[in-house]
Amino acid sequence: MDFTFNEEQTLIQDQVDQFVQKEYDWETRQSLSNSDLGFGESNWQKFAELGWLGISVSEDSGGFGGSAIESMLIMEAFGKGLVVEPFLETMIMAGSLIDDHGSDEQKSSVLEPAISGEMHLALAYAEPQSRFNLSDVVTEAKADGENYILNGYKSVVMNGPSANKIIISARTSNSQLDENGITLFIVDSDSKGLAKTNYKTVDGRRASDLTLENVSVSEDDIIGSLDSGFEILDSAIDKAILAISAEAVGAMEVLYKTTVEYTKTREQFGTSIGKFQVLQHRMVDMFMEYEQCKSLLYMATMKHEEGAPDAKKAISGLKYQVGKAGKFIGQQAVQLHGGMGVTDELNVGHYFKRLTTVGTIFGNTDYHLKKYTSL
Amino acid sequence: MDLKFSEADVTFREEVVNFLETEYPDDIKEKQDKRIPLEKDEIVRWQQILNKKGWFAINWPSEYSNQEELSVTQKYILQEELAKANTPTNIPFGVGMCAPVVYTFGTDEQKEKFLPSILNSEVWWCQGYSEPGSGSDLASLKTKAELKGDKYIVNGAKTWTTLAQHADWIFCLVRTETTEIKQEGISFLLIDMKTPGIEVKPIITIDGSHEVNMVYFDNVEVPAENLVGEQGQGWNIAKFLLAHERSGIAGIAALKRELSRLKDLSSDIPLGDGTLLEDVQFRNKIEETEIELTATEFTELRTLAAMSQGGSPGAESSILKIKGTELQQTISELFVEMLAYYAHPFYLENEIGTNETVGPDYAAPVMPHYLNYRKVTIYGGSNEIQRNVISKAILGL
Repeated sequence: MDFTFNEEQTLIQDQVDQFVQKEYDWETRQSLSNSDLGFGESNWQKFAELGWLGISVSEDSGGFGGSAIESMLIMEAFGKGLVVEPFLETMIMAGSLIDDHGSDEQKSSVLEPAISGEMHLALAYAEPQSRFNLSDVVTEAKADGENYILNGYKSVVMNGPSANKIIISARTSNSQLDENGITLFIVDSDSKGLAKTNYKTVDGRRASDLTLENVSVSEDDIIGSLDSGFEILDSAIDKAILAISAEAVGAMEVLYKTTVEYTKTREQFGTSIGKFQVLQHRMVDMFMEYEQCKSLLYMATMKHEEGAPDAKKAISGLKYQVGKAGKFIGQQAVQLHGGMGVTDELNVGHYFKRLTTVGTIFGNTDYHLKKYTSL
Repeated sequence: MDLKFSEADVTFREEVVNFLETEYPDDIKEKQDKRIPLEKDEIVRWQQILNKKGWFAINWPSEYSNQEELSVTQKYILQEELAKANTPTNIPFGVGMCAPVVYTFGTDEQKEKFLPSILNSEVWWCQGYSEPGSGSDLASLKTKAELKGDKYIVNGAKTWTTLAQHADWIFCLVRTETTEIKQEGISFLLIDMKTPGIEVKPIITIDGSHEVNMVYFDNVEVPAENLVGEQGQGWNIAKFLLAHERSGIAGIAALKRELSRLKDLSSDIPLGDGTLLEDVQFRNKIEETEIELTATEFTELRTLAAMSQGGSPGAESSILKIKGTELQQTISELFVEMLAYYAHPFYLENEIGTNETVGPDYAAPVMPHYLNYRKVTIYGGSNEIQRNVISKAILGL
C-alpha cells in the first residue's frame, strides 16, 4: 500500500497549485466567471501548452498517458481556486469517453484538437424527465440510409455554450428506461436543427439546454457501437465523479481553513469567536468530513485505476460522502461567517454554491446511496 | 383541553376565505404564485386592503389599531388562510417592530405622529441594529449619537439593513454614552431617511438579490424629540422587540403551504416506476419535516395560549426562532433536491417568471430561495445565540 505520488505527479500538483495561487486570485476568478465566455480562453491555451489537457489521455490517442491520479490532482487544485475553465466537461466527461471508445478518426478530428486547446466539448446525457438515470433516454435517433436523424431535448448540458462538438445519448432501440438501445453520437454544434438555450449556472459556470429537430449525423459519428452506448456513458460518468469529487475536496479544504482563520480574527463579546466551544466542535466536524472525503477519494481513484471489481461501489460511496460533506461544510462555512457568508462579495458563498451543484451533478446522496446498496 | 374550533371560529374562517376570494387582487396573486418579487407599491396596496378590513395590525392593542382585537384562535385562522392563499407577507419593520416600541415606550406625540402612517403603510421603516463590528454581540455597537442642544448628531454605520433602499424612516440603536456596562449607554432613536448625511449602499447577496444595505451616518442631525423612551433605555427596548419579533405564527402557516406544494410538485415527477414523492428516501424526509413542523406549530400555539392568559413571550420564543428557521432551510433544501439539475440554471430577480428560463415553470426561484434562506439562522440573533439564551434562561446553565 502506498499513498505517495510519483515524481511526475508531484510536479504537476505543484504546477497547478502555483497557477491557482499566483494567477487565479479571487478577483480574476470573478471577472472570468462574469465574462461573456464564462472562463479565460488564455488560461485554456495555457493549460494546453503546459500539457494539462492531455495529461490523462492515453498515448495512443495523442495524450501523455497519465492516469486518473493526474486528473485528480489537477481537479483538486482547481477546486481550491474554484477554477471555472471547463476541464471536467471537455477533457474528462467527453475527452476520456472518446479516448476509451472513439474511433481513430474521432480521436484525430475531435480528441486531438481538444488536447491542443482548439476545440471544446460537452456531454449531453440528462433529459427533463431523467434526473440521474443515464438509461432514461427519450431523445431518439432513427436510421436514414447511412445517416441518423436525431429528435429530442437535452437538459443542463455543462459547457454547452462553448462546446464545438457535443456527445449526445439517443435511443436507437428498446423503450425509454432500457439500458440496451442507447447510442452515443458526436454532434457538431453548428448542425442544422440543433438549437442551444444558453445560461449561467448558480456556480458561476455555463450550460445549455438543447433542442434537436431532425439533426442529421453520419454513422461514423457513433461512438463505440450501435445500441451499446449505456456502458460507455456509465464508465465516463464514473471518471467524471472521481474528477468532480477531487474538485470538491479542494473546495472543502479552502472552506474549512478559511472558516478557521475567520473565527480566529472575528471578535464578539470581547474575544475571538473561535474561542467558543460550540464553534470549535463545528469546525472540527467540518475538518473531519473533509478528511473522510479525501480518504474515499484516494480509495475510489485507486480502485478505479486497478480495475477492482468493487470500484463502482467505491465511486458511489465517494459521491455520497461528497454530497453529504459538501453540504455540511458549505452550510457551516456560511453560518460561521455570519452575514458576510451570504454576501456575493465574499468568496465563501461561491464555494458553498459550487459544493451545492457538485452535490447534485452525476447524482445526489439519495441516488448514490441507493446505487451503493444495489451494487 | 380541546382542539376543536368553535362555531364562531368556523364562521370566522369562512369570512376570511370569502374576503380572500373577493379582495385579493388577481395581479398580485399571479406574481405571488409565480414567486416573482413584488414591487413596493404592490405590497403597500395589499397591506392597505388588509388594514381596511382590520386585519393588518392584528397584534396592536385596539386603542391604536382602531379595530376589535382578534382572539388567539382567530389570529391563527387568519394567518393560516392568508398563507394558504399565498398572500404577500407583511413587511414587519413598521407594523411589527417600530409600532410596538412606539405604543409601548413612546410619548403621546410620538404615537400620534408615527402610528397612523404605519397603519396605512404610507411610511416605510427599516431597522438599524447590526454594525460591521457588531453582529451577535449587538451591545458592542458604536454608532454614536451626541446630544447638542435640541439635536442628536449621529455618526457611524449600520449593516444588513433590509429594504433600506425603500424606507422613509429608520429606527436605530445608537450609543449616547460610553458606560462601563456597554448596554447602559444605548438609546433608541427614530431617524428620517431623508436627513442630510445619510447614505445607503446596496449589499448583493449570494442569491443575486438586493435586499440588504449598508447605511452610513455622517453628522446626521436628529431632533431630540425622536428619542423613544429614556436616554440609555435602548437596550431594554431592543430586548422587548427581539422577544416580540420572534412570536408570529405566520411563518409556520407559510411553511405548511410550502410543504404541501412540495408534495404536490414531487408527485408529478416520475422516478423509476413511480414518482419522486413515492420514493422512500425522499418521502421520509418530507414526513420527518412534517412531524417537526407540526411539533413547532403546537409549541407556538402553547406559547400563544400562555401569552393570552397574560404571560409574556420570554426565552420560549428562542425555541420558535430556532425550529422555525431550521424548517425554512430544510424545506427550501428539499425543493432544490426535487428539481435536481434544473435547480442549477441561475436567473436574476427580473428574469424570474419570464419565458427566458428553462426547466419546469416553478424552477427559477428555487435555488435563489435556498441560498437566500441561509440568512435565517444568522439574523435576528443567530441560532447559536438563541441556544445560549435557552441554556441560560430556561435551563439555568
